[in-house]
Amino acid sequence: MTDRPEAAGRPLPRGSARRLAAGRGRYADDLRFPGLLHLAFVRSPHAHARIVKIDPAPALAAVPAAKVFTGADIAAVCTPWQGKMDHLPTLVSPPQHAVAVDRAVWQGEPVAAVAAASRALAEDAAAAVAVEWEPLPAAAVRDRTLDADAAPAHPELGGNLAYAAAIRAGDPEAALAGSAHVVEACFSFARHTGVPLEPRTVIADYDPGEGRLTVHGSHQAPWHQQDTLSRHLGIPEHLVRVVTPDIGGGFGIKLHIYGEEIAVSAVSRILGRPVKYTADRLESFISDIQARDQRVEARMGVDADGAIRGLSVDALSSFGAFASYGRAPVNEGMMTISMAGGPYANGHYEGRLRIAFQNKPPSGMYRAVGQPIACAVTEQLLDRAAHAAGIDPVEMRRRNYWAEDAFPLRTPGGIAMDRLSLRQCLDRLVAMMGYDALRAEQAALRRSGVYRGIGVATFLEMTAIGAERYGPAGARISTQDGATVRLEPSGRVRCVTSVIEIGQGTLSALAQIVADRLGVAPEDVGVVGGDTALAPYGGGAWASRGLTIGGEAAWRAAEGLRANILELAGSILQADPAGLDLAGGAVCDRATGETRITLAEIGRIGHFRQDTLPPGVQPELAVTRHYAPDDVPFALANGVQGSSLEVDAETGGVRLLGHWVVEDCGRIVNPLLVEEQIRGGVVQGIGGALFEECRYDEHGQLLNGSLADYLVPMAAELPDIHVGHVETPLRGTALGAKGAGEAGTVGAPAAVLLAVNDALRPLGAQVSSLPITPEAVLNAIAAAA
Amino acid sequence: MKAPRFSYVRPESLDSVLELLAEHEGEARILAGGQSLMPTLNMRLSEPRLLIDINRIDALKGISLEDGTVRIGALARHAEVLESPLAAEHLPLIADAMPHVAHVAVRNRGTFGGSIALADPAAELPACAVALNASFVLASTRGRRTVPARSFFHGLYETELAEDELLVEARIPAIAPGYRSAFMEFARRHGDFALAGVCCHARVEGCVLRDVSLACFGGEDRPRFAAAASAAAEGRAWSEEVKDAVKAALGGELEPEGTFHASAETRVHLAQVLAARAVDRMLAAG
Repeated sequence: MTDRPEAAGRPLPRGSARRLAAGRGRYADDLRFPGLLHLAFVRSPHAHARIVKIDPAPALAAVPAAKVFTGADIAAVCTPWQGKMDHLPTLVSPPQHAVAVDRAVWQGEPVAAVAAASRALAEDAAAAVAVEWEPLPAAAVRDRTLDADAAPAHPELGGNLAYAAAIRAGDPEAALAGSAHVVEACFSFARHTGVPLEPRTVIADYDPGEGRLTVHGSHQAPWHQQDTLSRHLGIPEHLVRVVTPDIGGGFGIKLHIYGEEIAVSAVSRILGRPVKYTADRLESFISDIQARDQRVEARMGVDADGAIRGLSVDALSSFGAFASYGRAPVNEGMMTISMAGGPYANGHYEGRLRIAFQNKPPSGMYRAVGQPIACAVTEQLLDRAAHAAGIDPVEMRRRNYWAEDAFPLRTPGGIAMDRLSLRQCLDRLVAMMGYDALRAEQAALRRSGVYRGIGVATFLEMTAIGAERYGPAGARISTQDGATVRLEPSGRVRCVTSVIEIGQGTLSALAQIVADRLGVAPEDVGVVGGDTALAPYGGGAWASRGLTIGGEAAWRAAEGLRANILELAGSILQADPAGLDLAGGAVCDRATGETRITLAEIGRIGHFRQDTLPPGVQPELAVTRHYAPDDVPFALANGVQGSSLEVDAETGGVRLLGHWVVEDCGRIVNPLLVEEQIRGGVVQGIGGALFEECRYDEHGQLLNGSLADYLVPMAAELPDIHVGHVETPLRGTALGAKGAGEAGTVGAPAAVLLAVNDALRPLGAQVSSLPITPEAVLNAIAAAA
Repeated sequence: MKAPRFSYVRPESLDSVLELLAEHEGEARILAGGQSLMPTLNMRLSEPRLLIDINRIDALKGISLEDGTVRIGALARHAEVLESPLAAEHLPLIADAMPHVAHVAVRNRGTFGGSIALADPAAELPACAVALNASFVLASTRGRRTVPARSFFHGLYETELAEDELLVEARIPAIAPGYRSAFMEFARRHGDFALAGVCCHARVEGCVLRDVSLACFGGEDRPRFAAAASAAAEGRAWSEEVKDAVKAALGGELEPEGTFHASAETRVHLAQVLAARAVDRMLAAG
């Protein structure tokens, strides 16, 4: 009925881009509060130490107006928390205080909070607080944490093992024993972190008059924060409000409950004044959650014709000092053993996981959670098996994918799969990257001593996780999102969403969805969110769920409003609503397309002239709908990535020449947003592959806690990243979108690792530790010589 | 983090800078581009009582050629040197090195004199100065003196500069006819401090090298004039044999410290690879 193409599917620039690029972003640190105090933290210089005594006197001498709060002071108003999961009774993690009491368990753990009129004064005072320490041995070397003589991260636990799990299907031992080729490797994935541009920031304002706590902060899951603040500070939930202004990236770092952030609210509660804390970059490196950090021993057996017969994966993962609170802390390890081998037909599988404590910052969910590890392990073994069997790596993958008619299925790792587009994505990628030409060029250059490598890696991305995963754990995290869509008197539309915008542009995509349902232009839909008091209850920004869940909620709310508008128009026009439609900002005749009444007129009458309506007609020009995934536990996206690179065999340097991604995130609402998610994800994956690592010494001291030494990937090192799409709509939703936020990060480390090893193969060298440093490449070449 | 309290002064003349330095000996720091100083202040690694901002001192600015010597004022910004036709023509080694100095934003503010006076052992410009046998003019209320680059750098962030002295300018011999140079470094990312770097400067006669000057940086506590490696190439036609001799000599004279970015052995190896490549490139450029 409309000559305007649907907005959903179009590459529209996101609405906030112009504002943010012009410097009009308003991040938490930009907000101003009268009477504000600033908080700085005294942090443990030791990875593990008993706090013998804290003397605030020198701090008060240096800054007389400062106020010093020890762990005990904070604990008087704030109960500790514990990273447990109800359905995993064997998971242990000791109680964690917002500010350490008696013992510090990682270098950088807050042991006192100091409030003063400015951050500089708070730092002056914090530096003067006298702490007497009794250093204790630290558990700081991952691969030794489970040795019998390892120092305990928590002496009261009697050991460092936090959790163990195993998955088994078929008869993996017999399958491997009967294989024509068995390949194995021991992989190491370094500990790293997410490095959002904007550090964690929180301002808490407790109003003693009303007993009300208002928190502004840079957080991906404000409802989770609201819940935590309410329960641990003892403030009724309806009096706790969390507002998220512009957020400068999260990557999972800002999903978690941090001692500093809760302490800010505790101090505000004690003082009855607004209190602020902004992590600086140095603090981020010793207090933001860290991730990955796994050793994986894996074996794969294949037939003479390359078919996988069996797979065995044994992972040692790390929690840092605590299991992260209120989410699913085991997932970095569980995703490794449940997703390994996922894309490939195989009946014989064994996955084993142990998770250990270390005296390091708590580990948590960082973009792609465990999946990059599962992907790299699987894909590298498959490449080695292909080489052993004399089969081209692309052909190897094509032979081993699940058959098209095998879906839906459940993998040996326990992953439920609906239709995937594995072969389509692979065919598309091979064409896009010019695989055959790259292979020919590689062979020609090798004759002149140039070592080029090509890596092709299939990835799966678990997105939009539903309640089935968090609910049984007792995690108070909603996997639902909600939206209210309202017709304004002018005929324009407003959408209030629980989706949290952290830089992905999701709100713009919601505008496209709502616009289509209501027959208006996307610029006529204003979308706001980020306020737990005003928006429908929801989950926030994690697990690549914004469009799949929040988008579906917006779709349904807009559908509801559409029905209400047509019903009201029917009353006004004395027409059957079934014969009416919405297009071009107006109600029109479904059959002829003729405009019957504009939305502005509907808005005017509906909001101001109810007196003109027939008796009993109540305009309902706002509709709220919620959506939580129901018939599937999550939406599984898939794709293939390719990397082309050159290894300098003399320096060990790796030069990236090109990167390609073909991904299937179901229905695409805005290709621009999807492609930038893919590219950004690839960049972070490349960071993990070549650069990023939190380097600790054997005593648990961080060696590279600044951006000068913790290397994030930068533009000069990155190749062009080409993105292609295959669309297999998600079943069971109106929208059909799967998530896309983590796909790039899942597959890029594997693609780069494979390509490096492809380049090194003629030298007889292979690497299996990430990041792949020049020194590691040189050592591998030297070892092979 | 926030910087500790300090006083700030922005004098209008060189004399008053020198007087302030004399008056606050040991408690003042010079603020030029601020690209290294400001982070160290904010990290509270340095707590000077006084910052003396020299950005108004015109006598410290500019790049000029006088009697076969290029004078680079201490306040010349990296970006200015990078774009200077004078530097491109007469100091090709520095022109070659400059794109490796950090990033555009840092080069816009960072100064030539600041890089020399800071003496970061992984910095490019001190090594170039050593390779080119430059000298530095130092001033104080006690007078002026000229110090050769090869004896200016004493160690990690330590130089010949006395606490009351200011680096005024660098004097670098302009490249003479028949000479060529090449700069190479290896860093994890472009713009990072190098794991190893090599400056090479020599008179080239066919494929014979004379008056060879090889300088290495990035592993040791200061840039090194690689005397043995330079001698190994002196007067010889460049060949695989000479290349191996240069590499062996470097292996003998370099004593880098290992860090978590690269071990001592890796740094020596990289210096050897880069030295050979630098000479190759220098010869190919003819």
